[in-house]
Amino acid sequence: GGMAAALLLLLLMAAGPGPGRADAGRERRDALREELLLSPLPTGDVAATFQFRTRWDADLQRGSVSHYRLFPKALGRLVAALGVRELHLALTQGFWRTRYWGQPPLQAPAGAELWVWFQPTVTDVDKAWKELSNILSGIFCASLNFIDSTNTVIPTASFKPLGLANGTDHHLLRYAVLPREVVCTENLTPWKKLLPCGSKAGLAVLLKAERLFHSSYHSQAVHIRPICRDASCLAVSWELRQTLTVVFDFFSSGQGKKDWSLFKMFSRTLTDTCPLASESKVYVDISPKNKEKELLEVSPTPTSVHETIVQGEKKSYAVYDLLSPSLFNTSRSLNVQLKWKRPQDSSEMPIPTLHAQRYVGGYGLQTGEICTLIYNTHPYRAFPVILLETVPWYLRLYVHTLTIITKGKENKPSYIHYQPAQDRSRPHLLEMLIQLPANSVTKITIQFERALLKWTEYPPDPNHGFYVGSSVLSALVPSVTAMKDIDVEQSPLFTSLFPSSDGSSYFVRLYTEPLLVNLPTPDFSMPYNVICLTCTVVAVCYGSFYNLLTRTFHVEEPSRGGLAKRLANVIRKFRGVPPL
Amino acid sequence: VCTSRFWFNYRHVANTLSVYRSVKRLGIPDSHIVLMLADDMACNPRNPKPATVFSHKNMELNVYGDDVEVDYRSYEVTVENFLRVLTGRIPPSTPRSKRLLSDDRSNILIYMTGHGGNGFLKFQDSEEITNVELADAFEQMWQKRRYNELLFIIDTCQGASMYERFYSPNIMALASSQVGEDSLSHQPDLAIGVHLMDRYTFYVLEFLEEIHPASQTNMNDLFQVCPKSLCVSTPGHRTDLFQRDPQKVLITDFFGSVRKVEITTETLSLDRDVAGVESKFPEEELATEPLKYAEQLPVAQIIHQKPKQKDWHPPGGFILGLWALIIMVFFKTYGIKHMKHVF
Repeated sequence: GGMAAALLLLLLMAAGPGPGRADAGRERRDALREELLLSPLPTGDVAATFQFRTRWDADLQRGSVSHYRLFPKALGRLVAALGVRELHLALTQGFWRTRYWGQPPLQAPAGAELWVWFQPTVTDVDKAWKELSNILSGIFCASLNFIDSTNTVIPTASFKPLGLANGTDHHLLRYAVLPREVVCTENLTPWKKLLPCGSKAGLAVLLKAERLFHSSYHSQAVHIRPICRDASCLAVSWELRQTLTVVFDFFSSGQGKKDWSLFKMFSRTLTDTCPLASESKVYVDISPKNKEKELLEVSPTPTSVHETIVQGEKKSYAVYDLLSPSLFNTSRSLNVQLKWKRPQDSSEMPIPTLHAQRYVGGYGLQTGEICTLIYNTHPYRAFPVILLETVPWYLRLYVHTLTIITKGKENKPSYIHYQPAQDRSRPHLLEMLIQLPANSVTKITIQFERALLKWTEYPPDPNHGFYVGSSVLSALVPSVTAMKDIDVEQSPLFTSLFPSSDGSSYFVRLYTEPLLVNLPTPDFSMPYNVICLTCTVVAVCYGSFYNLLTRTFHVEEPSRGGLAKRLANVIRKFRGVPPL
Repeated sequence: VCTSRFWFNYRHVANTLSVYRSVKRLGIPDSHIVLMLADDMACNPRNPKPATVFSHKNMELNVYGDDVEVDYRSYEVTVENFLRVLTGRIPPSTPRSKRLLSDDRSNILIYMTGHGGNGFLKFQDSEEITNVELADAFEQMWQKRRYNELLFIIDTCQGASMYERFYSPNIMALASSQVGEDSLSHQPDLAIGVHLMDRYTFYVLEFLEEIHPASQTNMNDLFQVCPKSLCVSTPGHRTDLFQRDPQKVLITDFFGSVRKVEITTETLSLDRDVAGVESKFPEEELATEPLKYAEQLPVAQIIHQKPKQKDWHPPGGFILGLWALIIMVFFKTYGIKHMKHVF
């Protein structure tokens, strides 16, 4: 034992670092970067996006890791034990209005969304998926254990891996959405506990539940994926990103005034940095609109100004570096304030290049129609979009009624994958690759019929309706300005969410509204009514017949009765009631 | 456990959360608490103050707080799940936070609230649990030695009927009202628009706010909480199955987690060589060629994707039967000798 270890150590020290061999003496490093991005939206609301990124230069898949420092042990053990290659879990309350607010940095559908790529070594993917959703439901206090085969699908074209991938066999991918899931403080609490500094220092002190849930849109997500360790990309590091996006409403939180500040949004200010973070920055979007002078004024003075191209547009950001010593010189707390220099003209709201809308048409409780409208507002460029729709089995889709109409003509999709539902075991899956011509509206309609569920399958509040999860649109939108390749370590976190392929277009994933559909609901008091009615009928009809047929009559001698009876008869005679 | 759904049952969630809050304050950690809330009131769209649940009017006390972990939410609160948690007969993939990991030295406090009647408690307006089922579940727990002592508190209408049928030892039970009486709610808040708490739990909460981990208050004081003048209903209790005298049972035996700590002045020497652990790592193999990220929207690859060949399944019974019928009818009609003309 001891001799072998000593020999090994000697050998390792003797052999210098050769090509293709990692240096055993080098420390495994993990690093935390945190950032907050404040972007004022065209309607006067403000969006705040927190990102906490823990990057760990170790290979979790080997299973020999036992010392966790910044990377949370719960998630690390999960990735190693179940053979997970990528994990994306998002819990969202509200809806991102792309039409009015612009393209989101990272959108998530209402409710809970979980999609996972497994390693090729996993033999039974469905079993691993079920175990994973149960374990995650315990970690995040969400009802993810309701994820089963009735709401899981295997997309074939969407949801390609966001991390390093060796090949994309889509049978290793699982995607599920729970649109009915509620997000509240009990989901935020374990999410905050995964952060290295918790909610005690750094940017996470701003995460107070009372302010975060009093908003139009609240989305918290956990993304785990393998990334390149360095520019040569010969080794794998694991990255955990925790993102939280919240949109504060102009009227309810802002009290009708367009000026925002950290205190007004979060009821807290930043006081110190997380000692475990290697980078801690606050970015404020001060991009000028219409190429004019800036209309937004930020105070206190930012540490620097950063210009970059995000989602195909040139944007400039005021940066507050919390680790720079000059920031906390004057006061112990940092309260970033945003003031408008001149009143905003409400008619100059920019329209995003791609946005979509979905609604249910029809009337009655038997049939209906799902209509999706996709808008391409680019003046001259066309681009493809993949639409993924997951519809529960109890809305029976009729694929022969599927119509896609653009500019009055039919638009045939280049790729279509339809998997019909199986009652009570599988939902419908419809995936289409559609070319959107420039400056057009595409309308996709499909008719469905509502099924009648068994009376034990209804939830306790069936009159609320049944949810259909959001459909997913993945597209490569052409950019206005060409984007250069970015160095992930040097650039802000919000620019490196999606791996960029070429500079001429950027990848965006949008979600449509979830639908609420009423199914024909039985009257649940009927079993009780039926029992009462049947028992009455049986008692009255059958009972009477039985009596008539089997009752015999015989004469009884009247008895004189005792003293008590004679007295009672006397009293009864006085009362006028017939005697006993 | 809160068993009621819908916004007008706000007070049941507030009841449960106030007991949860007291229990956490007195030291029991989240890993030892199973909290079941049948509906979400804090982030309900009808709540004028999101992420809060108040127990006193004028919004004095937010019992929801910032550090709450709900184990069973919404549709998961069913009679089946409740009984499975109690008896431990849980599917193997259930996470630890959803299990009752108790043994024969554990004291368990069970608090239930909702709508009830004579002999039953309603779960989510769609199913009920009867007092017989509950008594049997406790007997299973006793047989499996899953508790040392059990305190059962119920705040519903006719709550005393729920503990009538218990027959396992070491159980003490309290209820907010006798059979034939209704438990009443305390006070509405005009800003929120619903009743905030039930009377019995309101006074129990006031009583528990006075308790701290070192207090010596015993069970008899808890029995006196909420007399008929305040509660309008008559709270009841049952101690005949309990072996110890209630006078000697401390409140913190069930509501708090009080550890006995001994202070010692001896010194203990620790092993100094801790730094050597981190530097020993297995050899890591580097890839021979650089790894790359996948393309997010590989249009050409998608269009030329071959659809997966569906596995051929033999035709099912119905199809076979249908074909057999068709062939039989055909041959019966035309006779076998005409076969050669057909083919």
